[in-house]
Amino acid sequence: MGVRPVPGIVLEISHLHKAYGQNTVIEDLSLTVREGEVIVIVGPSGCGKSTLLRCINALESNQGGEVRLHGEPVLKGSKNLPEIRQKIGMVFQNYELFPHMTVLDNIMLAPVKAQGRKKSEVREEALALLKRVGLETKANSFPRQLSGGQKQRTAIVRALCMHPDILLFDEVTAALDPEMVREVLEVILDLANQGKTMLVVTHEMQFARAIADWVVFLDDGRICEEGTPEEFFDHPKTERAKKFLNTFTFERKARQPKTI
Amino acid sequence: MPDLGLDVLFKGKNFARLLGGLGIALRISVIAILVSVVLGTVLGVLRQRENLILKAFMRLYLEVIRIMPQLVLLFLVYFGTTRSFGWDLSGETASVIVFSLWGTAEMSDLVRGALSSIPGHQYESAAALGLKKTQVYLYVVLPQAVRRLIPLSINLITRMIKTTSLVLMIGVVEILKVAQQIIEANRMNSPNAAFGVYLTVFVLYFLVCWPISVLAGKLEKRWG
Repeated sequence: MGVRPVPGIVLEISHLHKAYGQNTVIEDLSLTVREGEVIVIVGPSGCGKSTLLRCINALESNQGGEVRLHGEPVLKGSKNLPEIRQKIGMVFQNYELFPHMTVLDNIMLAPVKAQGRKKSEVREEALALLKRVGLETKANSFPRQLSGGQKQRTAIVRALCMHPDILLFDEVTAALDPEMVREVLEVILDLANQGKTMLVVTHEMQFARAIADWVVFLDDGRICEEGTPEEFFDHPKTERAKKFLNTFTFERKARQPKTI
Repeated sequence: MPDLGLDVLFKGKNFARLLGGLGIALRISVIAILVSVVLGTVLGVLRQRENLILKAFMRLYLEVIRIMPQLVLLFLVYFGTTRSFGWDLSGETASVIVFSLWGTAEMSDLVRGALSSIPGHQYESAAALGLKKTQVYLYVVLPQAVRRLIPLSINLITRMIKTTSLVLMIGVVEILKVAQQIIEANRMNSPNAAFGVYLTVFVLYFLVCWPISVLAGKLEKRWG
């Protein structure tokens, strides 16, 4: 089946529908990601953000619509799924490194075994990438010897080393201690500056604002509002988005004198 | 120094006979262990499948083997099959069959447990990297499962070796039976032989099982 790729478009999600039994999680969702674009997806928990990412590389099956990467459909159970997934880098909330392998082996496994690249070449690239994220001394450590932030940076390098066309970040700082959030976000920011195409799900609004070319606000499995970060964060149009953004600001009422 | 009756060991070929008995015990256990590891692994992997018939069958098999004392199983296979089916099994063959049945059941449970202890996310992150299903198993799931499996299966293996002492009950002349024979034969001239001979049996069992345990400990440490 010959499919002509649409120039500039990396990922095309059209009319995606996902449900667990009777429970609809994503409803008629369409989204296009262009080359070099950083799209940030925000929304309340349970709105379907993570499920959307998992549908993109077919970790979840969908009940309607389709996902195309460079024009090629991503289908759960299809024969070329492993090859397509090689072009979709995914970083998970809980790192999901392989505990029985060193940092370097974690990174080298898929490029060597799945892509059939030469070990020496992959090793060189892996070490260079590790250096870039400040982990050059940890190449031979095991995941259990790393901090959360170091694990997550390793996971990012592992995804990068596959030379993916698009990177998916699924709440990658949600499991981290506050002081480690920054080191991870800086790596992602650096990738954005290099012009990588990315789809980022996050709860860090400051970060979303800094990194996004386009913000998508998801609510109840649909795109409720989308726009540039300035539009969305400064002048949200929908009530739902306003309410959501308000949950990130706190105000304290004037103290009432205690009466006994 | 009290007379431990160790002198009988050096009479005639007594010590060599004990070693021969140990050899038979080991032959039964090694064959049974090999069969158990192979079949147990296959069944353990199959039990991961959502097949109700297979699941029910395995459950029944496992429960029966577990509830039944090994000695009863030995009697059932050795005497039972002779009467009912007219099979003329040697004691050793019957022992190998029983120990294989037992080992396979236990091993399949260990394999199933080790496999299901690998979190689903490990499969997912490996698949998300673009590894094929067989590669996911080969490089990510199985190496982790094996690491969890080793200490447990070593435990099973030493248990199987020790339990071969039961096969003397169906007339297999293994180490314990040889020990009894030696003690009986020297009852008059060396009445203390029981202590020395059984002590030797203990030491021999220990020498066989101890290195296996040490190896397991080392592997566990290296992979911990």
